[in-house]
Amino acid sequence: MSMESAKPAYRGALPKPTPETQPFWDAAKAHTLVLPWCRDCGRPHFYPRSLCPHCLSRSLEWRQASGKGTLYSYVINHKPAKGFDTVPYAIGVVALAEGPRMLSNIVTAGEPTPDNLRIDMNLDVFFDDVTDTISLPKFRPVAS
Amino acid sequence: MTGALSRTAAIVGAAETDRIGRLPDMSRMALHAEAARNALEDAGLSIRDVDGVFSCVAGPNELSEYLGIVPRYIDGTGVGGCSYIIFLRHAVAAIAAGYCDVALIVHGESGRSWIDMEAPGTPASPAGQFEAPFGTAGAATTYSLPVLRYFHEYGATKRQMSHVPASTREWALLNPRAIMHDGGHITPQDVEASPIICYPFNRLDCCLVADGGGALVVTSAERARDMRRKPIHVLGTGEGAAHRQVAMMRDFTTSDATIVSGRAAFAEAGLSPSDIDHLMLYDAFSFTPMLFLEDLGFVPKGEAGPFLADTRKAADGNLIYPTGPGGVLPMNTNGGGLSYCHTGRYGMFALLEAVAQLRGDAGARQVANLTTSLVHGPGRQFAAAGTAILSND
Repeated sequence: MSMESAKPAYRGALPKPTPETQPFWDAAKAHTLVLPWCRDCGRPHFYPRSLCPHCLSRSLEWRQASGKGTLYSYVINHKPAKGFDTVPYAIGVVALAEGPRMLSNIVTAGEPTPDNLRIDMNLDVFFDDVTDTISLPKFRPVAS
Repeated sequence: MTGALSRTAAIVGAAETDRIGRLPDMSRMALHAEAARNALEDAGLSIRDVDGVFSCVAGPNELSEYLGIVPRYIDGTGVGGCSYIIFLRHAVAAIAAGYCDVALIVHGESGRSWIDMEAPGTPASPAGQFEAPFGTAGAATTYSLPVLRYFHEYGATKRQMSHVPASTREWALLNPRAIMHDGGHITPQDVEASPIICYPFNRLDCCLVADGGGALVVTSAERARDMRRKPIHVLGTGEGAAHRQVAMMRDFTTSDATIVSGRAAFAEAGLSPSDIDHLMLYDAFSFTPMLFLEDLGFVPKGEAGPFLADTRKAADGNLIYPTGPGGVLPMNTNGGGLSYCHTGRYGMFALLEAVAQLRGDAGARQVANLTTSLVHGPGRQFAAAGTAILSND
């Protein structure tokens, strides 16, 4: 008999990767944040597309991102989505150091409030292993 | 200077479903059908006269089948609440091109009872992969995202924003069909004291959730001269599309889609904001009209907050809001999505109120000496936009 306690099944919405996003989710599973970069115009983009949204080049490569960003804007949600058991929780738009913006969760030490969430504050990525196959990139404030 | 299609078409029929609100006895299709029937009756036309069908909560083929017709022009542009304003623009173009003579634009949505409604998006869509896993839960969690950035950039405040629902409620109190007709006055402080939904939005910052529908009949200006109702002329229209997911909005303090759409409408009409007597600025949430007042040029950038909060006291002690009854810029005079009705894709109701006001049919809420009305709405969270400038003259 296994001594491991069964982890309750995750009930939140899960992404279903598509061919152009599979490498992003594979990297996230390995706790690495990657972005598609255009070999022609030299710019990264997010969310991952099959071609560069800046110049429509199909010559893309995946590069590791710094995992650093700033808080472009946020909300604190009190009416949770399915599977979000800790209320309230913060949804933020992160301006990644590389340029693109990404929607994610901002996870603070205590309950998220307008006092501990500041526009333009520095953030670091971390990965939340919500299932055996999906890890979600989330962000937390950089300790000051 | 006006555009080539200015005043080439007119609205000759306009009506809502018999009832709006909670309608568990009506399906999505039944709401469409009743709205279409009522608008055709208003126009004095038969369903057999219709040769253009514009519809998106029901596909145009689905609706044509339901109504038993074979149109020769169809449009199913479905980009959210502004789709009906965009349909009006597309109808003007189709009529000018000779692709149809009588355009029927129909909205129906079982937004509250959810009878025969489709679930949004798939887990493989971009939003399904990059929004939903982070706990977005309906429009209140995404429409709200730009707000704090906007406040940060321009020093606007939640108190200023709270004037939008308070002002809009004043109109609903004058409209017997408004869901919040008997809801009483609300102050900006009441908005902030209502239950928190998704900071910075409280419940009274958020639109109603209802069932209902509405429809418009549009035909050429020439044919409109001999119709039952006084034509409401389409002076100018615009549309735009910028993104789908709110995180992809280029600048959270301005709607690119609104700017593109508004510019086209004003240019076609040969008018500027100072020529507009009445405004319908789609209020899915308190914040949305703030951005539109600025991006359409009614107030300078960053000044919507101070403009909205510049109230004065009436003799009875109630506040007179700049956008409320007795204010300088009457806006959302049916009571808006906040206090009249909101089914999900509210743009049709905004158009219908503009028509009611321009016809002089608005009863106790009628704005005096009205010639022009501007209707503007977003599609989803500032993702798309549509604009229509209408006139009774």
